[in-house]
Amino acid sequence: MNIFDVIGPVMIGPSSSHTAGAVRLGNLAFAILGEGVKEAVIGLHGSFAQTYRGHGTDLALAAGLQGWATDDSRIPKSFDSAKEAEIEISFTTINLGDLSHPNSVRFWMTGVNGNKCTVTGASIGGGRVVVTNIDDFPVEFSGDFPAILTMHRDRPGAIALVTSILSTQGVNVAQMKVFRKQKGGLAAMIVETDQPIDDAAFEVIGKLPHIQSVRRIQLV
Amino acid sequence: MEEKLSLQEWIDLAETENKSFGDFCIEFQAKELEMDKRVLLERMEEMLHVMEQSVVIGLTGITSMGGLVGGNGKKVETYRAESADKSVVGSVMSKAIMIALAVGEANASMGRIVAAPTAGASGTLPAVLFSLSEARGSSMDELGKALIVAGAIGMVIASRASLSGAAGGCQAECGSAAAMAAGAAVELYGGSPEQVGQAVAITLKNMLGLVCDPVAGLVEVPCVKRNAGAAAQAMVAAEMALAGICSVIPVDEVIDAMAAVGNAMSCTLKETAQGGLAVSPTGILLANKLFAKVES
Repeated sequence: MNIFDVIGPVMIGPSSSHTAGAVRLGNLAFAILGEGVKEAVIGLHGSFAQTYRGHGTDLALAAGLQGWATDDSRIPKSFDSAKEAEIEISFTTINLGDLSHPNSVRFWMTGVNGNKCTVTGASIGGGRVVVTNIDDFPVEFSGDFPAILTMHRDRPGAIALVTSILSTQGVNVAQMKVFRKQKGGLAAMIVETDQPIDDAAFEVIGKLPHIQSVRRIQLV
Repeated sequence: MEEKLSLQEWIDLAETENKSFGDFCIEFQAKELEMDKRVLLERMEEMLHVMEQSVVIGLTGITSMGGLVGGNGKKVETYRAESADKSVVGSVMSKAIMIALAVGEANASMGRIVAAPTAGASGTLPAVLFSLSEARGSSMDELGKALIVAGAIGMVIASRASLSGAAGGCQAECGSAAAMAAGAAVELYGGSPEQVGQAVAITLKNMLGLVCDPVAGLVEVPCVKRNAGAAAQAMVAAEMALAGICSVIPVDEVIDAMAAVGNAMSCTLKETAQGGLAVSPTGILLANKLFAKVES
């Protein structure tokens, strides 16, 4: 923690968890989709479902999906802007179960190029957020670091190849986590890095053996 | 686990180095952040500008998202203009009340604010800083330094207790904001590092046990008016500290007591809207009305 965690952030009110955190969750979902949002259905769970209007959580999520920052004065008008940009956003309440954080949200998104992605995350206080699930894969990352997310076959060497590409580009791995559904099946890997991952490295990683897809997640 | 910060340790260091607490904090924090002192001060001044704008937004008499608050900052502004001779607390504190309400209302209506330390408690620091700086004719640099003092105090409270209503009740939000503002006020008035610590201790003692019981779970009732109360508590404590009054319980121990009280507090009284004012008959009525609106 440093002094700017106490004096700051500058944000649009009224709540760091229900407004600023919601913007960041929208930012992350948008970054994970990796292209402009064409359509999004947003499911609100727990306290988000109960109090979203009074906190502007819905406006904040829509602002986040358009890539706006938590202190953007346009946030109260994010629906109008989405309409103008022909982005269809709708809201529903969902029950993600008792084990989910009370401020949880799930995005079902379709991008302008037709890509689809489902992202679940939670606002865990003070504007900090965590993404907990991408396309049915349980994951865990905060968006505080640049990251790549791979879907790959669970094979020996699949992970080493990715990290070796990063190391040749001078990218240091800050944290990484690997998830798989079953041995030898489809697996996911989140690699959070200290340096941003450039286009060249990103493309090479996408072409590595065993890698099915790769997404780059970079927040400003 | 990281070692807990100690406000007394920083105060002692500042006293030994014969520095004001503001000068000590700016050097210490700049070193910690590997940032030039001037740059740190400029960043704080940017925060102050945002705070000034929040006051302006609040005084336009806006209504909040939930519709429970709004227009009260403006009411105090009008009262100050038309009935100055009838002020109970005098011009400086009345201005602090006005600013606290205005920023709280700006926050509740999706205005741009500085979370200091949180969005819900964002009215307290601007209220104390701007009302006192006007009375003192303080410069932007002096205000920036006072804000760094406030931040340093907040860091210690975060490290030993909490700044979140969900974790520690309103004492952790408005209480901490008030303690930070009290320390900043002492700095602004040229008090010693020791007096900064006394002001923090006295403020927290006077706000110990305050619960977080937001009606309908929104940052509106009682949050906005509590910011005005917190600003007043900060000024009361700063006045005592500057007069040389000492807290019998040392500052770090008071912060630890706040942490213990927060832990002992029922979850119904920590931002869940399941206790206190939130479940008063009127609180429930308002919540039902708001939720009905959401479903329609």
